[in-house]
Amino acid sequence: MCGTCGCGEHHHHEHDHHEHDHDHGHEHHHHHHDEDKVITLEQDILQRNNLLAERNRGYFEAKEIFCLNLMSSPGSGKTTLLEETVRRLNGKLPLYVIEGDQQTSNDADRIAALNIPVFQVNTGTGCHLEADMVNHAVKHLSPANGSILFIENVGNLVCPAMFDLGEAKKVVIVSTTEGDDKPLKYPHIFAEADVCVINKTDLTPYLNTDIETLKNNALKVNHHLRVFEVSAMKGDGMDAWCDWLCLECAKCK
Amino acid sequence: MHEMSIAQSIVELAEEQARSRHSEAVEELELEIGRLAGVELHTLDFALESAVKGSMLEHASIVRHIIDGEGTCTDCGQLFPMEALFTPCPACGSYCVKIIKGKELRVKSIVIK
Repeated sequence: MCGTCGCGEHHHHEHDHHEHDHDHGHEHHHHHHDEDKVITLEQDILQRNNLLAERNRGYFEAKEIFCLNLMSSPGSGKTTLLEETVRRLNGKLPLYVIEGDQQTSNDADRIAALNIPVFQVNTGTGCHLEADMVNHAVKHLSPANGSILFIENVGNLVCPAMFDLGEAKKVVIVSTTEGDDKPLKYPHIFAEADVCVINKTDLTPYLNTDIETLKNNALKVNHHLRVFEVSAMKGDGMDAWCDWLCLECAKCK
Repeated sequence: MHEMSIAQSIVELAEEQARSRHSEAVEELELEIGRLAGVELHTLDFALESAVKGSMLEHASIVRHIIDGEGTCTDCGQLFPMEALFTPCPACGSYCVKIIKGKELRVKSIVIK
């Protein structure tokens, strides 16, 4: 029996009756042997990651931890946003950070300087964090009940979009220096996110980027997005962002 | 390149299933990939070529079903093909669209020896 169409043995046929392409020119001229067995799986390719992500999510829920996955291209200001956020929320809520980078512990050192527990994951050549890396990092950090856990993903606007880590909210950060069409050029990450933080708003006088256009482009890809406009460096808009974090953290209880 | 992770996941998933049935080799692997799933097909082919080396899938033929994107407008209910994630509704122009097909990333079946 053929795994593609369920035909009987020893048929020579072409798969032109399927509604989808058969890109490999799969014409089925092979012979099916008696010992061949077709196993129907219908399984999600990322199920291993997704299962582990759900385990992380269950752990966070049980411990009332508000977990965020921060994603952006390199240099959009994730770590600066995190530093400023930590400065404002430190003392109000227990905070923890997982830093994802290909190499170095530079970002973890910046967070550790603020006396916040941080764990650095180095992915080597890997371009994104996966649920097992977060699982491992969380075991090291053992975050307190009712805390906020920030996961700073590897700077990459493509790959992190596909990998659930178990977070409650996915946040995509885009800076004004990247241009206002970024959401249209990298739609997958904007489509997956719950929140979009537009950073470096203080630089717009020197740029051709229009914040309204940038915002509208993000909403074209994902009309559910909640958008914050901030300058992490200057502090503009940081209150609204931090208020939202506290509100969402309270909802986890 | 997340396609490498995906290729490795495909091999692990298929091997696990084949092994649990005491099989020695996977002869055919059938995949369903949506055009809106965020996977570059040529890159995935390339990644699979190296991921199957030395595995139970080394000599497996790979069949890919490519699933076109389809969306429904949450404003007017129109059903329409989606070529990109930000395709507006052709009837009313709204971007409030729900994707109903095209995000698939599945191993549909395997044929084991």
